[in-house]
Formats: sequence, structure tokens, C-alpha cells
Amino acid sequence: MDMSLTLVLAVNSLTLGGLLFLLSAGFSLIFGLMKIPNLTHGSFFMLGGYVAASLIGWGVDFWSAALLSGLLVAAFGGIVERLILRRLAGAELAQVLVTLGLSFMVADVCLTVWTGDPIRIDTPSALRGATSVLGVAFPAYRLAISVIAVLFAAALWALLDQTRLGAMIRAGVDDPAMARVVGIRVSRLFTLVFCLGAWLAGFAGVIGGPILSVYPGLDQEMLPLALVVVILGGSGSLLGSLVGSFIVGFLYNFGQALFPELAYVVLFLPMLVVLVLRPQGLFGRQAG
Amino acid sequence: MKRVVVAAALASLATAPLWVGGTYYVNIASQILIAAIFALGINVLVGYAGLVTLGHAGLFGIAAYAGARLMNHGHGHVVVAAGALAVTLVGAAVFAALALRGEGLGFVMITVALGQIVWGVAYRWISITNGDNGISVSGRPSPLGLSLASPANFYWATFVVFLAAVASMAIFVASPFGASVRGTRDQPRRMNALGYHVWMIRFLAFLFSGFWSGVAGLLYIYYNQFVGPQVVALTASAEALLMVISGGAATLLGPIAGAMLVVIVKNVASAYIERWNFVLGAIFVAIVVFMPEGLVPGTVRRWRGAMAALRPRAAPAAPAPGGGGR
Repeated sequence: MDMSLTLVLAVNSLTLGGLLFLLSAGFSLIFGLMKIPNLTHGSFFMLGGYVAASLIGWGVDFWSAALLSGLLVAAFGGIVERLILRRLAGAELAQVLVTLGLSFMVADVCLTVWTGDPIRIDTPSALRGATSVLGVAFPAYRLAISVIAVLFAAALWALLDQTRLGAMIRAGVDDPAMARVVGIRVSRLFTLVFCLGAWLAGFAGVIGGPILSVYPGLDQEMLPLALVVVILGGSGSLLGSLVGSFIVGFLYNFGQALFPELAYVVLFLPMLVVLVLRPQGLFGRQAG
Repeated sequence: MKRVVVAAALASLATAPLWVGGTYYVNIASQILIAAIFALGINVLVGYAGLVTLGHAGLFGIAAYAGARLMNHGHGHVVVAAGALAVTLVGAAVFAALALRGEGLGFVMITVALGQIVWGVAYRWISITNGDNGISVSGRPSPLGLSLASPANFYWATFVVFLAAVASMAIFVASPFGASVRGTRDQPRRMNALGYHVWMIRFLAFLFSGFWSGVAGLLYIYYNQFVGPQVVALTASAEALLMVISGGAATLLGPIAGAMLVVIVKNVASAYIERWNFVLGAIFVAIVVFMPEGLVPGTVRRWRGAMAALRPRAAPAAPAPGGGGR
């Protein structure tokens, strides 16, 4: 494998890693805080892409569409949380079934509304060119995604680590019962975190659109990736999501170049290794 | 009363090809039995062991693919069946060893990931699984010289296997092993303190569950004579889980009723509307919201509730929701 191909693959890996981080950070927070395995998370990603594609078709510019589409997905997530998931606190099986059932329903509605053809979202015009790094030309947009992911990681870290709200969320993750006792409205945090996670997933679906396109089945393709990232990094850990996302991003792209038939399987190998050696994930804490 | 109902149900199942009228319906009946065997297998884990799996279509698929490959290598049906089930048991052991590293939701997520690995192999590892085109086989086995080529004969052969599955479940539930599996579901810590090897009990339950999933997968490849990646998709695992949950997890008859419901709804729904997945999802949501313990126990509860409401001062105790409570 020559140098420039390696570099191209590396940039593609960073791009996918960035998208996966946006997707899995929300999943991980929801899972860590609410103990809900949100199997609609892939649907949020896909829905975000579809809604934005329509918004852009109506003349909204790319970034506004990304923000707005994320908000709509977040509102949808909030409704799901308030109306359904709220009633099922502690009932794991029920949560698995409901979120899975919803994901099938969303997928089918998307198929009806946006048809089965892949929809490509155009790259925002400012980032259409190529940037030259070390004499190799890279698409600027792909680099931008990695930068966005890192900015979001920093912002999320600041939110969780530096603000009062973040302290409340962390308290809720660590010990929800005790957090309630000291007066934290944990149930309100649940809705907030769920909406935030949905927003991140929807937003990721939009900015992933110019690279991945939006198509039926995208949800089921992204969901296992988010699962792998969370198992790899440890649930509830932001750093775990970040590191896990980039590991998965690199494995996927290099795996696809080196062993095209096995790329999808290679993706799961580090997860298996982590499960055997460190079941709580790289940055997860031992379950209490 | 219950015995009479069960005997009547068995008699009607045994004679189904004579009264359902038409090959199409006999084939649907065979599909129901195969699905029921699969659901009975999953119920061991989901119902009795309290371990929710979303990866069992992977085991079902391993058996179907292994059977198809062995058949296409020209092996006899004894070798095909034994080989496919052996491969499935090895697969189940690997699944169990990995999935049991996680607790509760971790277990669910790992089974999803493992199921997706099998899907990835089925879809992409073309030299082994022929990718999206799948593998076709020709010929069904002829146990004791009876050809299973006709739908009715195939149905009866499947029915015999189905009876064996039900019998094994009845024995399992009544056995000390069945009791210890339920013990690990309800009180894992106490079981551990009492000296039971919780991990080993769960592992064996997983193998037992995987065995019947493999049997169902093998019957599927004989029935369908084709296997493709959609058999191991997450949707397939979800459908099987829906059978168990809708019928009632941790009951003997629930998964069978659930299999019947899902296969019939699926066939009816896909005949009239294209939106099977929407219906599947809606059923999931509706069951969880309205009848969390499943259709069979749920109906029994409502029936008893209605009966009790007719009589004065009877207070029926509501069973715990969710099936897999811990």
C-alpha cells in the first residue's frame, strides 16, 4: 500500500470516526444515564439525513438545514421519551422492544416518504474544494467533519465536566437514586439527554449525507457501529466514545482496503477482544 | 380442561394437511412449526433465563448456511444434519462465551453485534456464503425411506421434530436444570451464594437454546431450499423475539402461539400491504404498552380479571410485567 493511499484512507477513517462519535456519544450518554438501549438511534441518524435533504431541496442552506433537521429529530426523540420510554423505566425488555419497533416504523415511513432510491446531499459549496496536506490533495469537507467532531467532543466535555448541568448529568449516571435524593430532577435530565442524543445523531446524519448519502437500511447499518463503539469505549464515557469511534473508523476503512470481504467482520474484532479482556469497555467503569 | 384443549390442539396440528385445504396453507403451517421451534429455543434464554437475545437469527442462519454448504458438497443427510447442528453448537458456545461477558443490557447489545457479524459474513464473505445471491440447494432428505418432497410429508416430518422440541421444553421446565435456570434469572446472587455456578447454568441454557435454533435453521434450509443474508438480518432476530414476547415469554405454549401469530400476520400483511415492517414495529410497541406480559398470559389475566369482576370481592394479583424481571 503506497503512502498516498494510506493517507487517503487515514482521512476517510477520521471522517467516519467523527460521524461515529456524534452518533455514539448520544447513544452512550443515553445508555449510561437512563440505562436505555436506544435501538432507534440509527433511525435518528437516517431521519436527520432525510429531513435535511428535503429542507435543502426547499432552498434552505446546508448548515441551517443540519441544525434544523437535528432539532426536528430531537423533538421526535423527546416525544418518544416523554410518551413511551418514560413509562418503561427499569423494564429492559420492554425498552428494547419499543425502540426496535419504533426503528422499524421509522424505517418504513422513510421508505414511503423518500422512496427507496439513495438521496445524495450536496456538499456545502464553501467546502467543495480540496486541501493539500503533505502534497496530497484531500477533500476539504471530509477534514471538516473530523474538525466538527473534535469541536463537539470538546463542547460536550465542557458541558459535562465544567457546568452545573453536566455535574447533574454525571451524578445521574453514577447514582440516579442518590441524585434524586439531593434534589436533582433526574427525570427532566432524562428528557434533556435523550433530546441531546437525538439531536447529535440527527445532525450527524445530515453532515454524513454528502459522504454516505441517505438510503433505506442506513439506520441498521449505523446502529451496530454505534453499539460497537459503546461496547469498545465503555458506556457513559465521552472519551470512550471518542477513542472507540476513531478505532472503528480506522478499522473500517483500512479493513475495507485490505480485506474487502471481511471488512464488516474486522470491525467487530476489537470489540470481542475488549469484551474478553475488559468487559466494561476501555474507559468504562466496573458495573456496581 | 387444559389437557382437553392441548389434546385438541395437537390433534388439529397433526392432521393440519388434511383440513387446511391447499398446498399454500400446508406450507404456511410448516413455516409456523419451524418458527415455533425457533421461538421455543429463544424462549429458553429470553423467558426462563431472563437473557434477551437479538442475535439468534445468527445461530439459525449458521445452521442453514452450514447445512446448505454440506449438502452442496454432496454429503448425505445424516452428515448434513449432524454437521450443521455441530457447527451451530460451536457458534452458540462462542456467542454465549462472549455475550455472557455482559450483564443485562450489555448482553443484549453484544448479541446484536454478534448477529451482525454473522450478517456481515453472510452478506460480504462471498467465497463462503455467496453474498447477496445466497445459496440454493436441491433435495430434501428421506428419513426411513419417506420422501419429504411433498408439502404434506414435509409438514409431518416437521411436526415430529416440533413435538420433540415441545417435549424437550416440557422436560427442561420440569427438570432441576430448568429450575436452576429460572433461579439464575430471578436471584442470580442467591444462586451464586447457594453454590450454583451461575455462568455455567446460563452457558448451558444458551447451548440448549442454540441447539433448537439450529434445528429450526436446518429445517428452514430443507423447507426453503435457499438461504440468503436476509435470514440473519436484525429484523429476523427481532421477529423471532416478537414471537416469544407476543405469545408470552417463560410459558410453554406462548412462543408457539406467538409463532403462529407472527407468521400468519406476516403472510396476510404482505399479501395485502407492503408495509410488513411497519406492522411488525407497531405490534411491538402495542404489545409493550398494552400487554407487557404477552398475549397468552395477558389474555388469561384479562379473562380472570373479567371473571373476577363478575364475582364480588375477588382481587386477582397482577403478574409482574416485562417477563424478564430481575
